[in-house]
Amino acid sequence: MKIQRSKGTRDLSPQDMVSFRLIESAFRDCCLKWGYQEVRTPTLEYLHLFTATGTLTPSMLSKVYSFLDWDGWSGERVVLRPDGTIPISRLYIDSMAKEKLAKLFYVANIFMFEATGKKSRERWQGGAELIGAKPPLADIELVMLALEVLRELKIEDIELRLSHAGLIKTLLARLALSAEEQVGMFDRILDGDTKALEKLKLKRPELEKTIDSLLALKGKPSGFSKELQKIFAEDLPECKPYIENCTRIAEFLEAMGYDYRIDIASGRGFEYYTGMIFQIFKDEEKIGGGGRYDALIPLMGGKDVPASGFALYLERLMALIKPKALSTPQPPRILVRAEVAMAREGFDIAGRLHKAGYRAECYLGAQKEADFDWTVDIKEKSPKFIVTNQSKKKFEAQTADELLALLKK
Amino acid sequence: MNKTKIKIALPKGRLLGDTAALLSRAGWGLDGYDEQTRFYHIESKTISQLSGRVFHEKDIPIQVAIGNYDLGICGSDWIEELLAKYPSSALMKVEDLKYGEGALYAASAVGKATVEALRARRETIRIASEYPNLAEFFAINARLKHFSVFPLWGGAEVYPPESADLALVGGTTEDFPPYGLMPISQVLSISAFLIANRESWKAKELNKMIAPIEQALMPEKAATPLKREKRQATKNRYAASEKDVVRLALPDGHQQAPTQKLLEKAGIRLDDYPSRKGNRRPKINLDSVSVKVIRPQDMPPQVANDNFDLAITGRDWLTEHLCQFPSSPVKELADLKLGRVKVVAVVSLELDINDIRDLSESEQALPIRVASEYINIADRYARDNRLNRYRLIPTWGASEAFLPEDADLLIENTQTGRTLAQHNLKIIDTLFESTACLIGSNRQAASPDKKERMESVTQTLRRAAEEIS
Repeated sequence: MKIQRSKGTRDLSPQDMVSFRLIESAFRDCCLKWGYQEVRTPTLEYLHLFTATGTLTPSMLSKVYSFLDWDGWSGERVVLRPDGTIPISRLYIDSMAKEKLAKLFYVANIFMFEATGKKSRERWQGGAELIGAKPPLADIELVMLALEVLRELKIEDIELRLSHAGLIKTLLARLALSAEEQVGMFDRILDGDTKALEKLKLKRPELEKTIDSLLALKGKPSGFSKELQKIFAEDLPECKPYIENCTRIAEFLEAMGYDYRIDIASGRGFEYYTGMIFQIFKDEEKIGGGGRYDALIPLMGGKDVPASGFALYLERLMALIKPKALSTPQPPRILVRAEVAMAREGFDIAGRLHKAGYRAECYLGAQKEADFDWTVDIKEKSPKFIVTNQSKKKFEAQTADELLALLKK
Repeated sequence: MNKTKIKIALPKGRLLGDTAALLSRAGWGLDGYDEQTRFYHIESKTISQLSGRVFHEKDIPIQVAIGNYDLGICGSDWIEELLAKYPSSALMKVEDLKYGEGALYAASAVGKATVEALRARRETIRIASEYPNLAEFFAINARLKHFSVFPLWGGAEVYPPESADLALVGGTTEDFPPYGLMPISQVLSISAFLIANRESWKAKELNKMIAPIEQALMPEKAATPLKREKRQATKNRYAASEKDVVRLALPDGHQQAPTQKLLEKAGIRLDDYPSRKGNRRPKINLDSVSVKVIRPQDMPPQVANDNFDLAITGRDWLTEHLCQFPSSPVKELADLKLGRVKVVAVVSLELDINDIRDLSESEQALPIRVASEYINIADRYARDNRLNRYRLIPTWGASEAFLPEDADLLIENTQTGRTLAQHNLKIIDTLFESTACLIGSNRQAASPDKKERMESVTQTLRRAAEEIS
């Protein structure tokens, strides 16, 4: 019988892991420099953690891996973590609620069913959450942090798209839909149905101009705020605070030389967002995103604390980076080949080489010399150590100290 | 003519009459598939490649999805129950047959809830149903914040309001809602469907095969609207709110007669048990004891969740529960010594297998199919015996007819082994013996009075069991 990998999962090969760790360490370094602290939450959480906020869409919740645990006789289901932010919010409420400002980051796998099994059902993301800080400074810091990571990874020509959950919701509220319809429409926008807003025009022709202008705002960075203000001052005055919020963030980014564009109608995957939403694209593929979720922590039973965050999608970044261009120089790699009687000596030497900062491994019968900077042969008879370099040149040493001195040269 | 064998899974129970009539109109020649049917396997008299087997309706979507059967007919409720959890399974809906109509409702006790009120609730909402996947689907779509689903074998309508906040119950327009329940939301409408296995559909060109069925469909009937009469909240004799009351669950079905005999011996009398009218809340002649009649299979989880204090069930169902949830607080309080059966591992006589080791050491190209009503006992047994790669097939009764075509190993209960022998089956292992038992939980009783009352009921039943045996 053939042993198979479970459908919809992937293995990360040694080469993949090199890329993975490069991205992870770039992400960790940037977060640590900005004063974020790393946390790790469990893979298993209760299902009700994700239903309790009432913000995740039914179509998203119907794809979670939920099951009854061995002590699930109460019918209480557990899930494989389907999202990164909600567990961090729980952790904050659980054990950090006294801190006025919590800057946290994580690298975690999340699980979501995908019917074809062609895309991975387990995905990795690096996320940062800024709990206790208000807009717009906090949002700008997060955008800058995300972009800094991408810069470190030498991923260029990325596109930053901005939207605002408050604007989308206000617009929907004005369309005189029933509460049920409104929830449904917002869900469709969240599930990535970009046509949802366009279809609305048919229902409310008097708002056609507003909706059209909103959708047309795509890709117009400069003068964005004025245009928005003009549109909404007439039709939707209640949007004023959101527009001011958007404007300030946009002005900031512009002043700092960041390119961005506005894309109001796209909100995929931002169920719990209440304020500014940002998404990062590379060649029309989303590689990360985030935004403000001020209502989430209170909805989960915590205090009324503002919060925002983002996540970068590691698998997508893995396909974009060039590992060679990012790797830092590694210490020389040495193969230690000892005669049978000298096996113990071989391991001792490998240990000393490690201490001296080299990469060294004992010969196990299959390594190729060509893969190493040096080969050290250890013999019973003198000369005890023979060092061969990549151009087959040989050097001799009698003691371990001599050997180390020789390698140093 | 394509000579490939084609197998259809046919329903017994409520859809049998209409299904038999339809297939007969379509000229499928499945003689013997009628209300009097005693056979499980039926060969077509007119189409040589066609054969059928009769199943509990609930088994049919699973059998078609895993490819044991090419076609099947059953209610859309059971199809959707499977698809709610396994959307990418190989099950496809072919044709709405437009009979056996009804609907599946989320219902609460009269006057107890609305969807809006439930959505706002932060405490756990308990949903009891034979359709656990659809119950979860309903809860997620209604955006309930915190819910627990109790999967049931039956009798969901008796759970609200004491043992559950909502029940997901099916009904036809005539008999719905059951007394004391009010529908708060329709989850789906039900009718009989023809279904097919996706791979068979392509490989065996089933679309040609089913043309006569499409032609034989009856003209559409006008749907009768659901009666939504206002009902008064029933004043339940079952008063769970009083903390001293001992809540006792008694079994429905064929265990009623022996249980009633035992109770009588113990001097315990009930006004209507077994009930001909389907009354599930009989009165008992003990002070501060209330009774509900539910499926014995459902009792251990119900006792675990503190919906009942005492229950009379079988050790097989207690074991099944503890295999799934080893840390459950449910325990056996008294062996009632009734209805002794053995839970056994069974294979077909046709197989050269004499012991479970033969099966675990055999070279299998395909996973071993393990069928059982006791899915968690079967899972543990397969695991403990290191079956290499196996697949569990849950069944709902008449499991002996699954071997050899639809399963390789069966975990089943048997009294004498006679039925198994009649089906050309042999027992290769005995897992344990099961009798009726009284179960309770490790939980502290709410008051010393209640504790004493529970102990007294336990003692009385234990003594009566001793006397009978």
